[in-house]
Amino acid sequence: MTEPNFSAAGATNRPEGSTSTAPATGPQLDPDLDPAEAEAPASGKRLSRNRLIWRRFWRSTGGKIGVIGLALVLLLAIVGPSLARWDYWVVDDNAFLSPPSADHWFGTNQGGFDIFAMTVEGLRKSMVIGFMVAAIVEILAALIGASAAYFGKRVGAILQWITDLLLVIPSFLIIAIISQHTAGSRNSTWMLIILLSAFSWMISARVIRAMTLSLVSLDYVTAAKFMSVPSFVVIVKHVIPNVASYLIIDFTLGVVSAILGETTLSFFGFGVQKPETSLGTLLGDGMGSATTSPWVFLFPAGVLVILLLCVNFMGDALRDAIDPSSKSGGAA
Amino acid sequence: MFVLRYLARRIVNYAILLFIAVSLGYLVASAALDPRNAFDWTNPNLNKAAVNASLTQYNINPDTSIWLRYGRWLRMVFLHWNWGWTPRGEAINSLIATRIGVSVRLVTIGTILSLVGGVAVGAWSAVRQYHWSDRIVSFICMLLISTPTMVLAVVMQLGATRFNQATGTQFFQFIGETGQHPSYFGAGLIDRLQHLLLPTISLAALSMATYSRYQRNLMLDTLGADYVRTARAKGLRKSRAIRHHALRNAIIPMATYFAFGVAQVFVGATITEQVYGWNGMGLYSVTSIQQQDINGTVAVVAFSGVCVLAGALLSDILIAAIDPRVRAR
Repeated sequence: MTEPNFSAAGATNRPEGSTSTAPATGPQLDPDLDPAEAEAPASGKRLSRNRLIWRRFWRSTGGKIGVIGLALVLLLAIVGPSLARWDYWVVDDNAFLSPPSADHWFGTNQGGFDIFAMTVEGLRKSMVIGFMVAAIVEILAALIGASAAYFGKRVGAILQWITDLLLVIPSFLIIAIISQHTAGSRNSTWMLIILLSAFSWMISARVIRAMTLSLVSLDYVTAAKFMSVPSFVVIVKHVIPNVASYLIIDFTLGVVSAILGETTLSFFGFGVQKPETSLGTLLGDGMGSATTSPWVFLFPAGVLVILLLCVNFMGDALRDAIDPSSKSGGAA
Repeated sequence: MFVLRYLARRIVNYAILLFIAVSLGYLVASAALDPRNAFDWTNPNLNKAAVNASLTQYNINPDTSIWLRYGRWLRMVFLHWNWGWTPRGEAINSLIATRIGVSVRLVTIGTILSLVGGVAVGAWSAVRQYHWSDRIVSFICMLLISTPTMVLAVVMQLGATRFNQATGTQFFQFIGETGQHPSYFGAGLIDRLQHLLLPTISLAALSMATYSRYQRNLMLDTLGADYVRTARAKGLRKSRAIRHHALRNAIIPMATYFAFGVAQVFVGATITEQVYGWNGMGLYSVTSIQQQDINGTVAVVAFSGVCVLAGALLSDILIAAIDPRVRAR
């Protein structure tokens, strides 16, 4: 009767108060129990897995800091441009390299551009790149890793081999070479998103393959196979939902590493190219004059650190909340 | 015997992977980089025919078919161990040798420091889980992990400049490997150490924080293990039980992280080298691409591929060295 609620995805088509769908056991039940079960969270008996994870997540200080901080950073990225007095492409002829003032909150750089407007624009770009790349990477890793496990020997070996090969290729250099070639084209951001995604899915795919290897021979997968459900549907609907929690945790790590990758590449002038701006290009430009006019460097750097810190805190709290063997313990 | 055969098979597999990776690197670099851009093509005094001829001689002329160049390059590397020339005619072999030397001098201390420090801090804070000191250390580690190397390096440079100005000394040195120094005995060494101080911190901080997070998680698992309780129950002192039973088991998985970390530190020190003006491998990987230096770029690709594979092998060997159960098998 107290049937464990395994994964969120597995439980979607099952109503929470499952007693009503089982009339055979009806007579044995005390009718007074039913309303109590409908409001399960209060009694703590039937907490759905999602609610459990959310409670454990919100209990940790890191989780709170992460969520609130990220919300604030997101707010800055969304409303920042309408708050700012200057647009990031506008030159103020009266203020070159001027320190922070009421007119220019974060000061201006050598070209007379407003640092606040540029930081907000860079933040938007870096966040778009970070979240897009992480999402694409998780989709790729889940599909490739689960396929390698599902199709077994031949296909699995080939996919493993490609994974190993991509791990040996120094991705930073290859991305730098290719983006050097495409420099000046107007969509350097999209190019960068594609390149970063193409070179970041390998380790996650290996982990997912290892995790799904034991799943693909389970009865319900075999049953689906014998009912001639297409392989792609089996993988997406029956295999991948089992690793959903890993994908969520890995997503936060992916966001951090994608933002780091983007800023490093742009710092050296390889990633996001000139007419567009990102936190990495701002840091690269500001580095030279950091000792004489620190605001050019410190403001974008501070925003970047806060962004990464919040995502890291969220990831840490999420891992503690989702991982059943974690030591975060306590009564749910 | 079995171990040797297993190792030999892995090395052969790695060699094939490396060959394909470097070949791909060569083809991508040859297709995307144009060495003619390394010269000022608008300069009327430039002898274009001579430039073209020397590019052909260095086997990097874009007019030659890419497969022809690839074949020549293979023969050059495998028959003569000659990695070619830069567009300006410097030999890659000697260039890379110098740069590797610089990199080794830069990263050695930082790498050792980050490993030892990371393991020590991680184990220490795991023993004090949820104690206020653990919380503070964890927060600092998170902060360091979230601080990109360039931010840390430049902020330290800022602080050092202010410190030097305030005290009127030159205690912090942050440009290059060596500087001017008096000629008494040992002054050269002190000068080198002064130049190493900031780059070493900037290199070590991030990886030390990362190692300590891994180590803390691993240590928490082993601290709760049955064999540690048994060790305590039979009368071992707590410190000894932690060091010889919990820590020893928690260090084994660290060997893998460490091996790959060491492999990537050579090319990964790019930002530190850029900020502090060290001309090592990391910086060369960036400048070679910026200067359209095909042969140099490919050599860096090969070098970093060798590093990754050496890391994979090193992790196997390290685990065998630390874990007696692996050796017994």
